[in-house]
Amino acid sequence: MTGPRDQFKPADHPNDHFLLTTVVGSYPKPKWHDRARELFEDEDADFGAEEWEESKDDASRLITHEHERAGLDVICDGEMRRNEMVEYFAHRIDGYEFNGRVKVWGHNYFDKPSVADEVEYGEQWLVEEFEFTDEVAERPVKVPITGPYTLANWSFNEVYDSEEQLAYELADLVNEEIEALVEAGARYIQIDEPALATTPDDHAIVGECLERIVDEIPDDVRLGLHVCYGDYSRIYPEILDYPVHEYDLELANGDYDQLDVFKEHEFTKDFAMGVLDAHTAEVESVEEIKENIKKGLEVVPPERLTVSPDCGVKLLPREVARGKMENMVQAAREIEEELDAGEIDVVASGAEAHADD
Amino acid sequence: MTQVIATTPGLFPLPDWAKDELADLKGHQKTDLISGDESGEVVAAYDKAREEVISVQQDAGLDRIVEGQLRWDDMLAHPLAVHDSVETKGIVRYYDNNNFYREPVVQGDLSADGGDVAADLGAAADHVDSGLQAVLPGPYSLADLATDEHYGDDAAFLDAIADFLVEEVNAFPDVETLFLLEPSLVENAPADGEDERAAAAIDAVASAADAEVVAHTYWGAIEEKAYAHLMDADVDAIGFDLVANHDQTVYNVQEYGTKDNVALGVVNGQNTLVESPETIRDRIDWFEQQTNTAYDTVYATANTETFYLPVNKFEDKLKALANAADLEAAEA
Repeated sequence: MTGPRDQFKPADHPNDHFLLTTVVGSYPKPKWHDRARELFEDEDADFGAEEWEESKDDASRLITHEHERAGLDVICDGEMRRNEMVEYFAHRIDGYEFNGRVKVWGHNYFDKPSVADEVEYGEQWLVEEFEFTDEVAERPVKVPITGPYTLANWSFNEVYDSEEQLAYELADLVNEEIEALVEAGARYIQIDEPALATTPDDHAIVGECLERIVDEIPDDVRLGLHVCYGDYSRIYPEILDYPVHEYDLELANGDYDQLDVFKEHEFTKDFAMGVLDAHTAEVESVEEIKENIKKGLEVVPPERLTVSPDCGVKLLPREVARGKMENMVQAAREIEEELDAGEIDVVASGAEAHADD
Repeated sequence: MTQVIATTPGLFPLPDWAKDELADLKGHQKTDLISGDESGEVVAAYDKAREEVISVQQDAGLDRIVEGQLRWDDMLAHPLAVHDSVETKGIVRYYDNNNFYREPVVQGDLSADGGDVAADLGAAADHVDSGLQAVLPGPYSLADLATDEHYGDDAAFLDAIADFLVEEVNAFPDVETLFLLEPSLVENAPADGEDERAAAAIDAVASAADAEVVAHTYWGAIEEKAYAHLMDADVDAIGFDLVANHDQTVYNVQEYGTKDNVALGVVNGQNTLVESPETIRDRIDWFEQQTNTAYDTVYATANTETFYLPVNKFEDKLKALANAADLEAAEA
């Protein structure tokens, strides 16, 4: 299962080789959009639901086009309609309630929700976001969605006997949402499970969640899993058994010190490798990014390499995020040219590998 | 007849206004965390927040009042994080939680420069007429959370940490009770030999206190052998986390006994589901039945620190604990 990838190759793609360039999801919000949220939340301001909707539409359109101008092959709207990766969904799932902020570290807090009743599918989560983005976009749209394990692990569980049981209940809801997204035309879904990195012993629970998520999802829908900031040796190669096409992994932040983990056991799926650090405010040079991409080619052949940032880039200044995207795309195109010209030796075996290699 | 005393292990959530005010005054980065030489505005904000959480406890009707440990940005590592001989390094995970603290690296002698915890306790004493309770990390846990670059030997390091905590206890105002929090005894169980030293270190700190001392363990049951050694420490009560693991705890007590008093973690400090006073009382009764003992005093407490909770649920849990103790009195 390495996935229906060719549908994302642009018709006018300039090179024979194709390194799929994309993003993980979040992007810095325009300052005026933050200001609009403040006004919307200010009861005294003359700024209502209609104005707030317009702001979200405008921001979504703007960032979708900003991604396209950067040359990315698959884009999203930078999650302009979302506030945080658990809160956004918890607000839409029946059974959740919010009680207030809790400490993560220092003076950094999180409005950690409580599951206070059985979870049920409430209002739509992402279908409207996808339909709008898909309407304004010329390139294919990827939909990032927070996975059930992370939704369970980053909540208080007042109802279910175990976190595992809650995760499975949520997985069924994620399945329902993805079916609706597919119905609306989505063909590239990325499930975000950052909590897996902090509790690697639970990789079997995440696997069972994914089995529930993919139930009755058509084969031509590309499914990715994003995991970040953890010790991958504790989940790899076990995660290769998950029913997804692609693994999107943060590696630039640690300067590829975990790359060997993926070389010790053949990487049998598509590899979406972080080639940009999402938490440094300097734009990496094209040359530097090219060197990073070549590291990915030590793991998988070009037809299975996806090029993306480490993680969502929402904490960066917007001009830095834009610069990183542009350099990333240019670096990918230059590597493709060098591959076409036979100037790069692909170390990784892959589709052409023989049993006696 | 067993006396039930409603209390907590401290380390409270900051009131919501204080979360905002202190974030604005201090900042969000690791270099902005507490250093022990805060500005007047920061001190004033903490003083106000401390008074508030003392009132919350008194209004709830708790029998023991803590100062709240609101300044402990680094949780149980705090007493070292503000020490002059300690360098705070990167952000590291706090046990198995989605919480982080600055790794304290001990680079010099710990004997000088104590009194940070005692000063906060002194500030609390002005507002508490009776039942003031001190909270400290136990020596084994504090050593476990820190990195030693000075003493060069685990046993010497543990001794130095114990001596440092003894100095802190010596500077305390009058307190009724001292909770020594020792989650590392469960989470990172001591090896052979180390278990005996851990108990001796706890004994040393406990002996310095002119108060009832509770050595409180949580996030599971303590391993059998470490528990047997802990029984040798001269503390007034050992605390158990009945939320995380009650069966192994009961086994330990059946097998090795416990002190005349006991602390029972009967309220979950990490879940927003609020236990009823009746549930709390049932858990206490269950433990007494299982261990076939009528204890002189049962400290009814949250199993863990409570900063994991949003403020509303935290306050509800304090009331539930206080009401559970009253429930017992009404039936007596």
